[in-house]
Amino acid sequence: MKSLILHTAIRIVMPLLLFFSVFLLVRGHNRPGGGFVAGLVAAASWALYAVAHDAPAARQAFRIDPRVLIGVGLGVILLSGVAGLLAGRPFLAGMWLNPEFAASGEVVVGTPLIFDTGVYLAVVGVVLTIIFVLEEE
Amino acid sequence: MQVVLAVVIGVLFSSGIYMMLRRNLLKLLIGLGLLSHSINLLIFASARLMRGRPPIVDTEGISTSGYADPLPQALILTAIVISFGVTAFAVGLAHRTHKLVGADDLDRISETERL
Amino acid sequence: MTDLLLVFPVLVPMLTAVLALLAYRSLHGQRTVSMVGAALVFAADIALLIEVVRNGIAATRIGNWPAPYGITFVADEFSALMLALTGLIGFAVALYSLAGIERESEAFGYHPVYHFLLMGVSGAFLTGDLFNLYVWFEVMLVASFVLMALGGERRQMQGAIKYVALNLISSILFLAAVGILYGMAGTLNMADLASKFSVSDSEYSRSVLRTTSMLFIVAFGIKAAAFPLFFWLPASYHLPAPAVSALFAGLLTKVGVYALIRVFTLIFVQDTGYTHTVILVIAGLTMATGVLGAVSQNEFRRILSFHIVSQIGYMIMGLGLFTPLGLAASVFYIAHHIIVKTNLFLVSGAVERIGHSSDLKVLGGLYRARPELSMLFLVPALSLAGLPPLSGFFAKLGLVKAGLIQEQYLIVGVALAVSLLTLFSMMKIWNEAFWKAKPERAGMLAYSDVHLRYQLTPIGLLAAVTLSIGILAGPVFGFAERAGNQLFQPADYIRVVLGGVR
Repeated sequence: MKSLILHTAIRIVMPLLLFFSVFLLVRGHNRPGGGFVAGLVAAASWALYAVAHDAPAARQAFRIDPRVLIGVGLGVILLSGVAGLLAGRPFLAGMWLNPEFAASGEVVVGTPLIFDTGVYLAVVGVVLTIIFVLEEE
Repeated sequence: MQVVLAVVIGVLFSSGIYMMLRRNLLKLLIGLGLLSHSINLLIFASARLMRGRPPIVDTEGISTSGYADPLPQALILTAIVISFGVTAFAVGLAHRTHKLVGADDLDRISETERL
Repeated sequence: MTDLLLVFPVLVPMLTAVLALLAYRSLHGQRTVSMVGAALVFAADIALLIEVVRNGIAATRIGNWPAPYGITFVADEFSALMLALTGLIGFAVALYSLAGIERESEAFGYHPVYHFLLMGVSGAFLTGDLFNLYVWFEVMLVASFVLMALGGERRQMQGAIKYVALNLISSILFLAAVGILYGMAGTLNMADLASKFSVSDSEYSRSVLRTTSMLFIVAFGIKAAAFPLFFWLPASYHLPAPAVSALFAGLLTKVGVYALIRVFTLIFVQDTGYTHTVILVIAGLTMATGVLGAVSQNEFRRILSFHIVSQIGYMIMGLGLFTPLGLAASVFYIAHHIIVKTNLFLVSGAVERIGHSSDLKVLGGLYRARPELSMLFLVPALSLAGLPPLSGFFAKLGLVKAGLIQEQYLIVGVALAVSLLTLFSMMKIWNEAFWKAKPERAGMLAYSDVHLRYQLTPIGLLAAVTLSIGILAGPVFGFAERAGNQLFQPADYIRVVLGGVR
């Protein structure tokens, strides 16, 4: 589908959507948001790109194979879980660098954020794999 | 409100089953979607409907009767994520079947097997 | 240490899958990762089994949340045994896959998906939480959907649609039952549910409990391919690559059986006169319809698929009897069946590879062409039919004995008759594929003389395990009896889960 309006708009909309997805990811610890939603928003922005141009172009612009992203995302999730084991606590036990900020609404860095980042990457990977496969067939 | 919710769940469930009984492949998928929505609502209703109650209780004022249970929403979120993935896969499968067989009628897909 | 042992069966396949995904460019790398991962999982599962046998039921709290609120991983002897079998089958089939999977499928991501499947199966065996069980079921199902559709032939798609649709309906019913249980009890931890329901049945409505238990029977019954909702299995299991159907045949339906046994020994035990009689009736009908379906078939893998259905009947028969001996016999039967059935599917794959077909009318003379493969077929085939001194004999002996003690003569009669028919259809495969002379017709391909190194090693390994279960039947059955007792008296299980880490 060739549409001048969409072509032009995507240049502005896409960075906005990607920034918004990161915002959702970071604020998701104690408030609405989180890895899954953020991943969907990011994947949706790439889907929009694929609609504006076409799937091969989107794949090229994305540079890496989305399947690798699934692997990386799951690897990050694993890391966040193993961190608990390394500290001598059960698998996936939560640990934070600055838990005292939780109430004030600041970004709380800890294993849950790492976990969410992994979810984010994996969701982007899965959704894009599906979209690219479906679009190209 | 509970009655409305119960009716909605029932209608969604029965229309889902109805859709799945059709021969059309795409309607099968729509049916699956409707069914999972109805179950998500069922879990939501299982937490008992409340209005304006906090989901988390302060350490000072614990009153077990007065808080909304947050767990079912977490369950529903997980279920939505799962049904999202499964539906995406099923759409891919239907798409591929349609391309291979050239039909979305389940009876005709079965016929090609016999030939 | 137990914390580690309890999460390894899930973590190692996940790590393997991740590494295999990252190595997707190199087929060789994927294969190496897959084999090493499968071997490590097997080792971890065996370590867990030893730990559980030595020190009793083990539990760990995921994420450090206390028991009824967070997710607990528990391993009693039954779970640990199932995990060890998962490890064994995962290893054997991974080895077999080195030669049994088409290159295109491998490049598409066979290896990562394979390990995701193993992760889902292991998670389902470990978890102590009903909703978490649902999640593991879905992980396993999505992975199995991909494996089922891999290759993408026409016939395969048709089987895959039935498989996907039926399994999704079962998941939805399962989720509905979980929702209703949560509404009743406000918890989904199985041990917590068990202790709540066993204390006083006045607080919870008996009829709602009974309805929910029936929902569980239907949901898990579909997954286990029990009567009457089994038809998706023979419609789909013979279609994917032989390695894939061997894995499915060994593990997937057994997860359904495991879930049935777990739920109906732990949670729904207030009303055994009703629920367990229903299960017993289902068991008898499953046995009979499965074997009758098999008798009418003429294709190697289709016969085997129908036999899975009939064998599921035996496995839940022990649950239906609901005595320690019956449960022990069920546990023994599952262990025996997983190994034997996987092996038979592996043999069928090897036969298909040599003969280019799995139609018994086309095959023939394999005994002359491949005597070693024929002997290796006989071990699991006769064991499946229940001939002494192979493992299947002791499994059936246990069930029949348990049935006789309970004076359930009808089901015992059905079990014995079905066993005869099983022998008949195994002999049919033997006569048609192996013994009779190869039919000579125009346009038929000669047997290829490919080397079956990768096929014969896992087949031989599993046959050896079958033989040793037969020889060591005493101690193995002793273990199964302990597992059966643990299932029958879940007080320990509940205490370990709710009391936190031991």
